[in-house]
Amino acid sequence: MQNAALVGARPPDTSGGSARGAAFGGSAPGLYAAVARGAFRRYSTYRAATLAGTFTNTVFGIILASSFLALWQARPSLGGYDQSQAVTYIWVSQALLVTVAVWGGGFQDDLQDRFRSGDIAVDLYRPVDFQAWWLATDLGRAAFQALVRGTVPMLVGALVFRTRMPEHPLTWVFFLLSALLAVLVSFGLRFLVSITGFWLHDSEGVRAVMLVVSMFFSGMLLPIALFPGWLGDLAPLLPWAALVKVPTDVFLERADGAGLLGALGFQLGWAAVLLLAGRGAQWLATRRVVVQGG
Amino acid sequence: MALIELQDVHRTFTVRARTGRFSRVRREVRAVDGLSFTVEAGECVGYIGPNGAGKSTTIKMLTGILVPSSGRLRVAGVDPARERVALARRIGVVFGQRTTLWWDLPLRDSFELARRIYRIPDRRYRENLGRCVELLDLGGLLDTPVRQLSLGQRMRGDLAAALLHDPQVLYLDEPTIGLDVVSKGKVREFLREVNRDRGTTVLLTTHDLTDIEQLCGRVMVIDHGRVVHDGGLDGLHAAGRSERTLVVDLAEARPPIEVAGARVVKVEGPRQWLAFPARESAAPIVAEVAARYPLVDLSVREPAIEDVIARMYAEVSIG
Repeated sequence: MQNAALVGARPPDTSGGSARGAAFGGSAPGLYAAVARGAFRRYSTYRAATLAGTFTNTVFGIILASSFLALWQARPSLGGYDQSQAVTYIWVSQALLVTVAVWGGGFQDDLQDRFRSGDIAVDLYRPVDFQAWWLATDLGRAAFQALVRGTVPMLVGALVFRTRMPEHPLTWVFFLLSALLAVLVSFGLRFLVSITGFWLHDSEGVRAVMLVVSMFFSGMLLPIALFPGWLGDLAPLLPWAALVKVPTDVFLERADGAGLLGALGFQLGWAAVLLLAGRGAQWLATRRVVVQGG
Repeated sequence: MALIELQDVHRTFTVRARTGRFSRVRREVRAVDGLSFTVEAGECVGYIGPNGAGKSTTIKMLTGILVPSSGRLRVAGVDPARERVALARRIGVVFGQRTTLWWDLPLRDSFELARRIYRIPDRRYRENLGRCVELLDLGGLLDTPVRQLSLGQRMRGDLAAALLHDPQVLYLDEPTIGLDVVSKGKVREFLREVNRDRGTTVLLTTHDLTDIEQLCGRVMVIDHGRVVHDGGLDGLHAAGRSERTLVVDLAEARPPIEVAGARVVKVEGPRQWLAFPARESAAPIVAEVAARYPLVDLSVREPAIEDVIARMYAEVSIG
């Protein structure tokens, strides 16, 4: 937002001096941390949905892992994965699916409602940064989903199938970092989709297209390593690869040293590009509303 | 210095209308057309007008989310569109049909969030929350998720959330819409208290004229983007050329009677209704009726504010 500098500024004291020197209600990071905590608690109130979703994730994981098992029995070391790696790929991707919101959703549903109802105007009255606000809610959401829909399928998968857990303990740390970066990239993509609502009034169509693209190019349907020809060359360069391909590669220790840093850097780069693009779009959208009257 | 100042403010929108398969016509719509008024600190002003009169456009410009096409506009000394975020800390906005509360979480969480958004010092937050909870009767609701609140309870929650940071100006858009009589009473009582005791300037948009009658010393009527009346409620009667009604019961049914300064608008058996200008005294008319006709009983009816305003809208549209 064009007034970003003012967001960080102290508010003018309008209380007639009585508040001077008193403790302020918190800094900007404090606000967004509170927003993230609120989003976490909000998702934790949807117990039935969480249970049903976790169950679905697990069932799908079993079906997919069984078919991958059969496929890799017929074609061992397909795409450079051995059998246990292929099965692990399924469970890690099931854990990432909702946490990273590969299908879209999360704050997108809220924003869509606000565009339809016109509540979006209220958001502009408030002295908060629009993008930072929704990013905070999405991080809160992702943290909750990671705890339940991320861990349960992984545990079931590890118990029922022969999976390949990381050999180096540090890999877990890199994996969590990579998953966090995946959430940032996913947020960046979804924010760009949702903000089209300022022009289109309804981003449903764009969302539907993005869902298909994201399912395919993230490696959610099929590992990108199995894509043929030029598709296989192109897919790893697109931002969607940061959602599932990179975190699973990190988990399966398919890259180390410079390769690992490169993979994380790839995610970080896309996250930065997409978040900046989102800010630009937000600036244009705000300008459009303020100057042209939306 | 006036808290809100508008000088010859215009706002036009370009609307593209389809005229054929591919052709479109650009048309300019003047939503606000030369608006000028000032509001002093501490005033409570009713801002009314028919749908599409330019009320929301005005509020949007006052909050800075819409820039005027031309003219000068100042709120608390700043240009709202240029300093929207800074100004947002000093104003409160409540829309009857929108909510800023966090839908799935307890009411308390939304207030906590407001504390952080507006960086309200702890002591002031506790005092303000305590006062709002008491006046708006929110004590039992703080731990209830917002989605479980009734419309009236939610509205009270929204009012509290908008006032925790001691805004200098409170913009209210239809704050009592859809509320029952008891809830409307509570909301009005609270607003009166905020305006009187806290000195908060209130600009109130509503279609419920009882809100205005009970809260506002001053009322601005806007139509076609211009102020057509600005003054007290009494002044509205004069401006709207409103009429009072004299109802007379005669000893027997008669054809419409003839009295100077009044005209019969309705006859029902021995009872007749006579309309006369609201500014005129009823006494000479009553005297003349009593002198010339067999008068049994009479009563004088004041014009309803709704009728006055309806007539005013109609006149403006024709003129």
